Amino acid sequence: MALSTVLETPEAGFNFDNTARNAALEGLFDGGQTPKPLKTGTTIAGVVFKDGVVLGADTRATSSDVVADKMCAKIHYISPNIYCCGAGTAADTEKTTDILSSNLSIFSLNSGRNPRVVMAVNILQDMLYRYHGQIGANLILGGVDCTGNHLYTVGPYGSVNKVPYLAMGSGDLAALGILEDGFKHDLELEKAKELVRDAIHAGIMSDLGSGNNIDICVITKKGVDYIRPYKESEYKDARKMNYKYRPGTTAILTEKVVPLKLEVVQETVQKMDTA
Amino acid sequence: MNSRGLRSQLKDSVPVAGLCPQGAYGVQDSLRSGFTSIKNELLPSHPLELSEKNFRLNQDKMNFSTLRNIQGLHAPLKLQMEYRAARQIQRLPFLPSSNLALDTLRGSDESIGFEDILCDPTQSEVIGEPHTMVEYKLGLL
Repeated sequence: MALSTVLETPEAGFNFDNTARNAALEGLFDGGQTPKPLKTGTTIAGVVFKDGVVLGADTRATSSDVVADKMCAKIHYISPNIYCCGAGTAADTEKTTDILSSNLSIFSLNSGRNPRVVMAVNILQDMLYRYHGQIGANLILGGVDCTGNHLYTVGPYGSVNKVPYLAMGSGDLAALGILEDGFKHDLELEKAKELVRDAIHAGIMSDLGSGNNIDICVITKKGVDYIRPYKESEYKDARKMNYKYRPGTTAILTEKVVPLKLEVVQETVQKMDTA
Repeated sequence: MNSRGLRSQLKDSVPVAGLCPQGAYGVQDSLRSGFTSIKNELLPSHPLELSEKNFRLNQDKMNFSTLRNIQGLHAPLKLQMEYRAARQIQRLPFLPSSNLALDTLRGSDESIGFEDILCDPTQSEVIGEPHTMVEYKLGLL
C-alpha cells in the first residue's frame, strides 16, 4: 500500500507513533484500568561458592492479580558459562537477555573464546542506560570465566553491583535475610544449593508475587547443571477428574479413504562439499 | 504526560510541524492519532522519542570529540570523510538499502540491537509513493 504521506522510510527500532493515542485511551477505560503487562513479581537469588556460582529463582509469573504462568523459566541462558535471572516485566527481561546472548555468541564466533561476565554486564549496562529505565529489567548475572566466579546485578536504569550474594525481585527482602544469615565465603556445593533454596523458599512464603516451584542453576568451570524444578511446591493441585474422552465416544457415520498416488518424476543427487 | 519535562527536551530543535497529517490522502486520521492538536505535533509524546532519534548522532559526536582530543584533528576528519563516502552508496529512497559499507565502518555489523529486530524497513507493510519520495530527497517538494 503506497501512502502519499510517507516522505522517508521510517527508522528501524522503537516506534513511538502510538504513544499519543495510548495516552488518550488511558482516560477512556473505567478507572484507568489499562491492560497490565505480564510482570514476574519474583524472588531470584544468587550465591558465589567455592567452585562457581549458584543461581535460584521461583517460577510464578503474575499479571496484576492473577497467576499467569505457574512454571515460568526465569533463569535465561546467555552463553555456555553465563546464566541470568530476570525480574520485572517478563517480555523485557526475555528480549534483553536474548539480544545479549546473540551479541555474545557473535563475539565467541569471532574470537573463539568464551565471553567474560564483565562483557555481558557492560553490554547490558549500555543498553539499559540508553533507554532510561523504560525497559523494566532487573537482572542477576552469574558466571564462571577465566578470571574467576562472578555475580553481578544490573538495574533497569543501568546501575551495576558486583556482590558475593544477592537477591532481587518483590521477595528479595525475605530472601536476603536468609542469605545474610547463612552466607560464608567458599561454601561447599551442597551447602550453597541449600542456602539458595532456603532463600527462595522464604521469598515464596512471604511474598504474594512469588510461588510454585524453585529452579536452581549451578555454574562451575566443568559445566552447568540446570535443575528445573529443584524443589516442587507442596501445594500442587492434584486433579481428580479425568477430562479425556475415551476412544469411541463419538460415533463414526461414514469413512472414505483416498490413497494419494505419488510417482517419482525427477531425482537429482547433489554431493555436499565436505572438503 | 509531563509536558513541561518534554518541552525542555526541545530546547535546541525546531520541528517542522505537520507537513502532511498522518492519515491516508492527507486527512487527519482521528482513529489512529486522535484529534488535531498543535501540542501533539510539536512536543514529543514519549520521553525517549527525541533521545532515540538523535542517539546515533550524539554518540558519533562524543566519539569524534574524544578521538580528536587523543589523536589530533586528522583522525575524526578522515573518519568522517569515509562515513560520508559510505553513506552515499544507497538505492533509490523508496527501496531498502543494505548500508553494508556504513555498517562495517561503524562496527554495527557485529552487534545486534533493537534496531535490527523491531520495525525492520525491509518488512514494512506500507511504502511511500516513489515519485513523492524521490522529489523530497532531491529537495524539489
